[in-house]
Amino acid sequence: MAAIYSLYIINKSGGLIFYKDYGSKGRMDTNDSLRVASLWHSMHAISQQLSPTIGCSGIELLEADTFDLHCFQSLTGTKFFVVCEPGTQHMEALLKVVYELYTDYVLKNPFYEMEMPIRCELFDINLTQAVQKDRVALLGR
Amino acid sequence: MQFFGGSEISPSPPTPTTTTGNNAHMIYIFNRNGVCLLYREWNRPLHTLNPQQDHKLMFGLLFSLKSLAAKMDPTSADKGNLGVPQLPGQGCSFHSFRTNTYKLSFMETPSGIKFILVTNPRTSDLRETLKYIYNLYVEYVAKNPLYTPGTPIRTADDRSC
Repeated sequence: MAAIYSLYIINKSGGLIFYKDYGSKGRMDTNDSLRVASLWHSMHAISQQLSPTIGCSGIELLEADTFDLHCFQSLTGTKFFVVCEPGTQHMEALLKVVYELYTDYVLKNPFYEMEMPIRCELFDINLTQAVQKDRVALLGR
Repeated sequence: MQFFGGSEISPSPPTPTTTTGNNAHMIYIFNRNGVCLLYREWNRPLHTLNPQQDHKLMFGLLFSLKSLAAKMDPTSADKGNLGVPQLPGQGCSFHSFRTNTYKLSFMETPSGIKFILVTNPRTSDLRETLKYIYNLYVEYVAKNPLYTPGTPIRTADDRSC
């Protein structure tokens, strides 16, 4: 049913700090995922320039033929975005949950260097649980 | 996407005309080469750049987003490299994106003509509306014997949206 294909986290300069693929045929190697993340960062910024009214904070949802992309930008400029099946519900809530996990298990980790790739085991474990729970809750309906 | 199936000009556009009056901010039409064939604005309080730069930026954004969508497509295993120009219809393309202040709906025809509509963020799917506008374009612009393809549209007949 509702499936998440992949999750990306970008730091405030546009560098990819976390990429997790949940089983899409379009799994990307490291270089490609880095390029895609930087491209997204730039597109996000350009979309703010093209806004007809003031106060634009960038792309929140991109709808394509075979996937949707939901993006959440924190107040510090860190972007979380998820590629999912078209029409998947509650992705914004999931992104907020991921943000909470990020603040709890990554930022509060004393050995984590800011803006560097995330290598925190607890973050991975809890993220997998959060995504699984999301899937189960949606399937159970 | 069916462009030519059952297209008549006389049926009214799918969304009621009352909504488009207040909802639409701008419309752009570009051809394959990035020439802006049409730009109309109805409600644009903020102009960040001058018109030429604005058109170029819009075209560039759409080109890159199409390339990104084709690359990120999770259902196809073999994709070209980022930055390689995609033919119209090749690979997965996006049809809209939404920010907190606007929603941009996009449609590319097989001939490479791109239709962009910028509206308020609560608008629903505008693909049918864009197809309707494409039909208007075909009737009044493409079939106009005095129109040179690749030049900006100047007649008054295409302002019916």
